[in-house]
Amino acid sequence: MRPNRHWACPIRLKKRWGDSSNMAKKKKTIRSIPQLRTPVRELDPQVRVKNFEEVNCGYSLDEALNEAERCLMCPDPACIAGCPVNINIPKFIEALTAKDVRGAYDVITASNLLASVCGRVCPQETQCEGVCIVGETLEPVAIGRLERFVGDTAIKEKWVNIPYIEPTGYKIGIVGSGPAGMACAADMAKAGCDVTVFEAFHQAGGVLKYGIPDFRLPNAVVDAEIENLRKLGVKFECNTLVGRLFTIEQMRNEFGFDAVFIGTGAGYPSMLGIPGDSLNGVLSANELLTRCNLMRAKEFPNFDTPLPLGKRVAVIGAGNTAMDAMRVSLRLGAEKVYCIYRRSRAECPARAEEVHHAEQEGVEFNWLTAPVEVLADGKGNVRAMRCIKMELGEPDDSGRRRPVPVAGSEFEFECDQIVFAIGTNANPIIGQTSHLGLNKRGYINTDETLATSMAGVFAGGDIVTGAATVIEAMGAGRKAARSIKNYLRIRDSSDDDAGKPGLGTFFGIDLRERNFARIRAA
Amino acid sequence: MIEASPAAGFKILAREDFSDVTYSLVIHHPLMAKAAQPGQFVIVMSHESGERIPLTIADFDRKKGTVTLVVQAVGKSTKEMQQVCQPGTSLYGIVGPMGVPSPLTGKKKVVCVGGGLGVAPIYPQARGFKENGAYVIGILGFRTKSLVFWADKFRACCDELILCTDDGSAGMKGFVSDGIKLAIAGHKDIDEVVAIGPPIMMKACVEVTRPHAIKTIVSLNPIMVDGTGMCGGCRVKIGNEVKFACVDGPDFDGHKVDFNDLMMRLKRYTEEEKAALNRWSESCRIMKQTPTVNAAEPTLGLPDPFEEALGG
Repeated sequence: MRPNRHWACPIRLKKRWGDSSNMAKKKKTIRSIPQLRTPVRELDPQVRVKNFEEVNCGYSLDEALNEAERCLMCPDPACIAGCPVNINIPKFIEALTAKDVRGAYDVITASNLLASVCGRVCPQETQCEGVCIVGETLEPVAIGRLERFVGDTAIKEKWVNIPYIEPTGYKIGIVGSGPAGMACAADMAKAGCDVTVFEAFHQAGGVLKYGIPDFRLPNAVVDAEIENLRKLGVKFECNTLVGRLFTIEQMRNEFGFDAVFIGTGAGYPSMLGIPGDSLNGVLSANELLTRCNLMRAKEFPNFDTPLPLGKRVAVIGAGNTAMDAMRVSLRLGAEKVYCIYRRSRAECPARAEEVHHAEQEGVEFNWLTAPVEVLADGKGNVRAMRCIKMELGEPDDSGRRRPVPVAGSEFEFECDQIVFAIGTNANPIIGQTSHLGLNKRGYINTDETLATSMAGVFAGGDIVTGAATVIEAMGAGRKAARSIKNYLRIRDSSDDDAGKPGLGTFFGIDLRERNFARIRAA
Repeated sequence: MIEASPAAGFKILAREDFSDVTYSLVIHHPLMAKAAQPGQFVIVMSHESGERIPLTIADFDRKKGTVTLVVQAVGKSTKEMQQVCQPGTSLYGIVGPMGVPSPLTGKKKVVCVGGGLGVAPIYPQARGFKENGAYVIGILGFRTKSLVFWADKFRACCDELILCTDDGSAGMKGFVSDGIKLAIAGHKDIDEVVAIGPPIMMKACVEVTRPHAIKTIVSLNPIMVDGTGMCGGCRVKIGNEVKFACVDGPDFDGHKVDFNDLMMRLKRYTEEEKAALNRWSESCRIMKQTPTVNAAEPTLGLPDPFEEALGG
């Protein structure tokens, strides 16, 4: 080990955000780092398409260390700001390079309790990795894979960071156990509140459980992360349909919840709205995925929920949910799976990796194609679909070029099952049963602090923004947690976790002083 | 506050067998008993690997903290529940009350029609109408006398009760639609008809009331998974609109419902259901032959469920 030379560069040291263990190393440059991104092992497409095992095998320690070396440790890291929950990415990678996986885990969990989940499902290419400086010249640092490595190691080693929590006596109710609710629950529990999460399904996890399939995010990983929340003292009440079993008003007025967070998501699927869309064999991606993932229809008849599958499955849409539906259909035994999308590949909203995986597994993509009518076999089932070719016109509100039908280009597309994944809408139950202010599309109105029209009631995630990503929902959950702490006048210790160095002192008091001390369990 | 948790399950306090296929379960769930309104339903999972079964709430007792479900053993899951759901055991999951409650106020004279298993969920509505001061005419339909249940409960809350059986073994011979005709003939001032039962029955009912332009509400029970508006499996055509029975219903204007579409969609899983039932019946038969296995111990005084399973 080389001598610590931090005395030699006090100014640079101040600009760093980590401890000084790395200071001894030579400054890395774009030329000195490993040039190629460390590839990750994946199951062979021909093998994996027949099972639900996770496709991406994740990094080994050596691979992770190699990839960690590619981080330049920029003094002004763009990746932190690129992350919706502001994980101190350089700091955790720095710990990794020192082979301190536990230290890396500590850094990540300061901002994000669900490292294993986010490492898998975040669209890193548009977030942290999208702004990575290395990416300007080479492929960006594989931050997501590193995060997953750290999270998975923690699960394997049964690490859990349980802070010493000083109870505040406040009771917080959280509606929905998806990513927004989980993130909010974690922060409120760490702030010393008595947190109860209500879930309508019989298992907690929300979209992580019913939506994202096992080969992308194993349910065991979700359960492990939920277990960590339980260790923080968070209680989960499943089989509880808030709104109908009791209302938000009752939670505040009768049950004594000092604040409530609503993260019920936007699960109400948009319909195709074309003739024949109620035929048997036409179903939403939500139904397909819920039956398969949560209800384990893939293990029918050992599990009771059935999911008969067509031989030729057409999935309409090209988002992540559509990719999941296609890949699930393949694994359930469909002979042919098609993607039908009215725009072109360039506009396709799915993560690049998902499209790539779907392609590898044999999904046939039909870009610039839109369904017009579902055709029946005379017995109430799907026989085929009438489609029309599209071409791209002027950009629309979303900035993407608007698809326009090509006159006279209609054709028949043979398929016996149609899965639609064309977006979702606000879940209506909370709106039906409370007096919360909603916008005209049924989403909950909030101010910039995520406060709703009802005092002490906050909302975030898809139920406010419309369908978005897991990590954005988690970011909203954390933001709401900050607002709830502010509302309850709880001193907020989480801000300084978000990688904001050098806040300095105020009359000699360290502004980053915490009201809890981190201790290690296990 | 929340007494029942999934870890502990939801306790079954009582059970009554109305016939060899129909049984009621009384479940301890004070919060649900407090929240339940006529017209709402629950989703039940009897065990961890079970399916989610939507069942209309047949009764609730806010004081005792119980909800009552009436179940017909038709498929694998409901037959299995018939075997294992005994007082003292627990359900793995029950969630609800789901759906929009039926509006019961502001009516002077109503007809409440229940056919077969639909007799159970129409009961809280009939009682609710009565409590709100309406003149209630109850019409109950069963195939035959031995299947009749809850007639006395209805007598207690209905001003008139018309009992119909297909074979005439109890009450008048005929279908509930004949009962409605009778009621319409006797009363010119019916505000509303509420009909719950198999789709074919509800379809017949709305055709009887349509020429008289009497508002007719039906309760739809299509195939659903979550019951919270997420899967879209329960979508039904109401006039020109597509609605989700779980969050927009289950009550709809019967004159606008596309019953043919509903009945076609209910057949979606017929083959899988049949296969599951056969597989299960077969395993029960094998278990029955092996005296050491006790997973499905028949209880005293109950009809032998194996016979039913094999017969079905």
